Amino acid sequence: MDYFIELFCSGITRGAIYALIALGYTMVYGIIGLINFAHGEIYMIGAFTSFIVATVLSIYGFPLLAIIVVAGVAAAVWSSAYGFTIEKIAYKPLRHAPRLSPLISAIGMSIFLQNYVLLAQTSDFLPFPELIPDFAFMEPIAHIVGSSDLVILITTTVVMIILTFVIKFTRIGKAMRATAQDRTMAMLVGINVNNVISATFIIGSALAAIGGMLIASHIGQINFYIGFIAGIKAFTAAVLGGIGSIPGAVLGSLVLGLTESFATGYVSSDYEDVFAFALLVLILIFKPSGLLGKDETQKV
Amino acid sequence: MTTPILKVTGLTMDFGGIRALDSVDLDVRQGEIAALIGPNGAGKTTFFNCVTGIYIPTAGEVMLTPAGSNKSKNLKGLKPNQVTQRGLARTFQNIRLFSRMTVLENVMIGRHCRTKAFILGAILRNRATRREERKILEYSYALLEKVGLANQADEFAENLSYGAQRRLEIARALATEPLLLLLDEPAAGMNPQETKELDELIKKISREGQAILLIEHDMKLVMSLSDRIFVMDYGKMIAKGNPAEIRTNPDVIKAYLGE
Ligand SMILES: Nc1ncnc2c1ncn2[C@@H]1O[C@H](COP(=O)(O)OP(=O)(O)OP(=O)(O)O)[C@@H](O)[C@H]1O
Ligand SMILES: [Mg+2]
Repeated sequence: MDYFIELFCSGITRGAIYALIALGYTMVYGIIGLINFAHGEIYMIGAFTSFIVATVLSIYGFPLLAIIVVAGVAAAVWSSAYGFTIEKIAYKPLRHAPRLSPLISAIGMSIFLQNYVLLAQTSDFLPFPELIPDFAFMEPIAHIVGSSDLVILITTTVVMIILTFVIKFTRIGKAMRATAQDRTMAMLVGINVNNVISATFIIGSALAAIGGMLIASHIGQINFYIGFIAGIKAFTAAVLGGIGSIPGAVLGSLVLGLTESFATGYVSSDYEDVFAFALLVLILIFKPSGLLGKDETQKV
Repeated sequence: MTTPILKVTGLTMDFGGIRALDSVDLDVRQGEIAALIGPNGAGKTTFFNCVTGIYIPTAGEVMLTPAGSNKSKNLKGLKPNQVTQRGLARTFQNIRLFSRMTVLENVMIGRHCRTKAFILGAILRNRATRREERKILEYSYALLEKVGLANQADEFAENLSYGAQRRLEIARALATEPLLLLLDEPAAGMNPQETKELDELIKKISREGQAILLIEHDMKLVMSLSDRIFVMDYGKMIAKGNPAEIRTNPDVIKAYLGE
């Protein structure tokens, strides 16, 4: 039973990280109908930024909590700057082009950023400092749930609550929902759609950066390639949940995380991806719009 | 005589080889209800689209002048949100509500261009943000009251009856505080009862000083509401005048009978 709970917890943790990344995919898709293939790289850049900041701060002997907060904020800000800029230079000029053009531009951006980090940093795996200590109060159950799992879960939950609040109740959140439903009409009620799109990229990038920091500290190493794999998984999760749907992205991520965790634990870690993608195929066959997705026919 | 609120001159719109608007002139005066009529495909909706920035017209001028001012703003070439900002609001021939938002939210979103709180304010919830949010709410409720939807404020827009959806569109447009309200076939698809209510609503809004330009096929409604009527056919303005003049104008009769 302990083993089951352990797998369950690690699955949820995995899912939480996927969710932080998947939200960026799904929000951008919801607003401009684009799969932002460079989003995984935003996550990777977040991990690198927090790595650099955390390393420098720990050399100066800052307390752990300060390091986490500063590194997290720096990663979120830096990744947001990247997300914002990518949209402006790679997608905005193609907004009225055929759908395939921005998609190719996104893939180009993804490859460019990977190689940029490869050249600017290194191709080796870098050891990521352990930011989250083992809490004493977690001692009795440490063999089932680690302290960093707990921190990841709490952080993700808080971030989701803030995001939900922003989207449901704030002015920019309403503007985002309106733009997602009908961009022309949104403009006609006076919404500056360019600002809304920028805000979406900024929010999505910040979430991915936080995910990048958390997972890097959890696993303990990073390299320029982590964004590709995490990006594909999170994208899978977003499609699983119904691309464009925010609750869908969270649900899809949890389902995917749990599936992988149980597959690894009960079958073999070699089959983790097989199960993940088999699940995706099954969902797409039986419910093409994803778990919580709305039918495409609604888009006029 | 004061400057008209909207003054359109020589508006021309080509789609490839088709000239959908051919040098159209039109003006709407302060406080009046003007109507734009014409057979199907005459170019009425295209006219609205050109004026509100959805299409960029091939040629012509679109000038908007606030009542009692002589500072005209040229709307030509502006984006739809900039046009709205400057004081035009419109509804569509086919309903375009944000169907998965509530009735209240649909109206609140119309306040967007008249407010400014940003994301940081929303999270920090400082005094100015809270005051602004309260004002938006009060303003939006007052509008729902006016169009008779206050007791359905929390319904999803898609669950409203047809006539109610049309009235909500008008409320959302009014929320942007337009100098001029453009209505594209507001009575389309309405039953006689709903049309009667709409007639009363438009009169009520007009009495409060709102200038209105409407496209409409329901002649009874047009004749009952309008101070002046403009008639288009094949992209050209073929007549203008008060209802009595239009009713007896041979060109208009010919255009409608398709001779
Ligand atoms: N985007 C477009 N591309 C090409 N042609 C267009 C476009 N929009 C409108 N037209 C053409 O312009 C002409 C005028 O259309 P418009 O929709 O303005 O007519 P209307 O007067 O509003 O008619 P209705 O009473 O049926 O609503 C039509 O011939 C239409 O096919
Ligand atoms: Mg029309």
